[in-house]
Amino acid sequence: MSSNRALYEQVILEHNKKPRNFHEMEDADRKVEGYNPLCGDHFTVYVKLNGDVIEDVSFSGAGCAISKSSASVMTMLLKGKTKKEAEGLFLKFHTMVTSSPDSPVDEDDLGKLRVFAGVREFPVRIKCATLAWHSMLSALDGKDESVTTE
Amino acid sequence: MATAGQQTQSAVDKTAPLTALDIERIRREFPALHVERDGVTQVYLDNAATSQKPKSVIERIDRYYRSENANVHRGMHYLSEVATQAYEESRKKVQRFLGVPLSCEVIFTRGTTESINLVAQTYGRQSVGKDDEVIISAMEHHSNIVPWQMLCEEKGAKLRVIPMTDRGELILEEYEKLLSSRTKLVSVNHVSNALGTINPVRHIIEKAHEHGVPVLVDGAQGAAHLPIDVKELDCDFYACSAHKMVGPTGIGVLYGKAELLNKMPPFMGGGDMILSVTFEKTTYSSLPYKFEAGTPNIAGTIGLGAAVDYLESIGMERIAAYEHELTQYATSLLESIDGVHLVGTAREKAGVLSFTMENAHPHDIGQIFSDCGVAIRAGHHCAQPVMQRFGIPATARASLAFYNNKEDLDAMADAIKKVKEVFD
Ligand SMILES: Cc1ncc(COP(=O)(O)O)c(C=O)c1O
Repeated sequence: MSSNRALYEQVILEHNKKPRNFHEMEDADRKVEGYNPLCGDHFTVYVKLNGDVIEDVSFSGAGCAISKSSASVMTMLLKGKTKKEAEGLFLKFHTMVTSSPDSPVDEDDLGKLRVFAGVREFPVRIKCATLAWHSMLSALDGKDESVTTE
Repeated sequence: MATAGQQTQSAVDKTAPLTALDIERIRREFPALHVERDGVTQVYLDNAATSQKPKSVIERIDRYYRSENANVHRGMHYLSEVATQAYEESRKKVQRFLGVPLSCEVIFTRGTTESINLVAQTYGRQSVGKDDEVIISAMEHHSNIVPWQMLCEEKGAKLRVIPMTDRGELILEEYEKLLSSRTKLVSVNHVSNALGTINPVRHIIEKAHEHGVPVLVDGAQGAAHLPIDVKELDCDFYACSAHKMVGPTGIGVLYGKAELLNKMPPFMGGGDMILSVTFEKTTYSSLPYKFEAGTPNIAGTIGLGAAVDYLESIGMERIAAYEHELTQYATSLLESIDGVHLVGTAREKAGVLSFTMENAHPHDIGQIFSDCGVAIRAGHHCAQPVMQRFGIPATARASLAFYNNKEDLDAMADAIKKVKEVFD
């Protein structure tokens, strides 16, 4: 029982119920679809850029609580960040979710992202947690195509 | 003594319905039903993916490797004779179990997937030409879609699909309209692994035969849950997998009518499937060996024989009746919980319960279930077109076997309540 409480942190459940920046964006500069064939998670990430800065970001689609809340938290964190900062955050996030469950989590460094630490115990959920991020990075790279987790 | 006597008696009386006591005894024979995690015995409701194995199967395989291991059909020595005899004995057991007229009509494969591919690559390549048609249904497993798609692509043929209703029942009037002189084969599942629908295969076969079209029945979900008599069904091919019928993985069956099998070219070339080989010409073996190239899965085949023995010792009629009762109980449980939607509500239904929940994604449902110690599957169940038909990305699926009991289903209901606690 304890492990799921750790996975489904209150913050995750709350973002799942009320995702932020959860809408399509007509005037997006780029949009990239992300698809996780295993569980059918399917999101589109929209980005508006001002030079190198992410001026606006949103997402639409459907998926499990982990993928949806991760997308939601991501959009909150990335607004106003540069491409480089976004990549840096993803690297930290990715390193954390793929690390061993008993390695320490630098809570200050990770900020809001630390609520996803529970994912480390459930390797199949890493794809859920990182789906929107992969789409985002692909969008920042100027790609306008879909990504899948397979 | 008296109780023991009674128990043995109830095990052989195959007309009496299975009682709670019978199920208790049966459960003790499946070691994996007693696996614990953090002190909680795990509840296994993922039988459509694969079944658990009784001790008799596990021990039979163990015995083969310990005291009978040799290659089959080759050696003049003692062990090879023992192995060959056990291997061929399994063929006879499967023959009896599926009601197959001739033992040479039982071909051992790796499983349902290979059986279907075998037919597609031999019968299919031989008989299907440009603008011909192959008919499947809207509720097929990918393994009864993709081999036909590959064939149709190669031949310039067309794949036609029997549609289904919102309950998950095939629309037979539409099926009859699809049958024509262009139809070369019909391939449908006996029981849907995603919806639980038991399809009216007898009727489907009858209609196809009116057009002179052979029918393959994908029995992956049928053979372990319903009494099967291929002669009575009059199907032309029947495919199933041992691992879903309390047998080992890596072994399955293709039944085919001898007259069809004889006309079909071999599937794979190699040892065991030839009579003589020269560089100019090779003569193929007769049935069934023509389709069993190479050293077969001997241990698996012998394990399958033990699995079939086990199922027969209980009786498929009783298994089907008991599972029907469990399915009704599970259905009423699920229907009584707010926010749970059953996907697949056919009138003829086996123990597959696909469902979605209003506020939780199937993947999250599966996760909470796992944490409650209840194994179900969440996903598209290798039947993406079914998910598309119902406009959902995935379902959570509880699938039953005869060793499940009402307590297992109560655990399922409790797990659903837990999901609601977390997500509502
Ligand atoms: C209806 C159906 N057909 C075919 C298969 C494929 O069986 P196997 O993977 O054993 O080849 C399955 C397995 O899930 C199934 O449920």
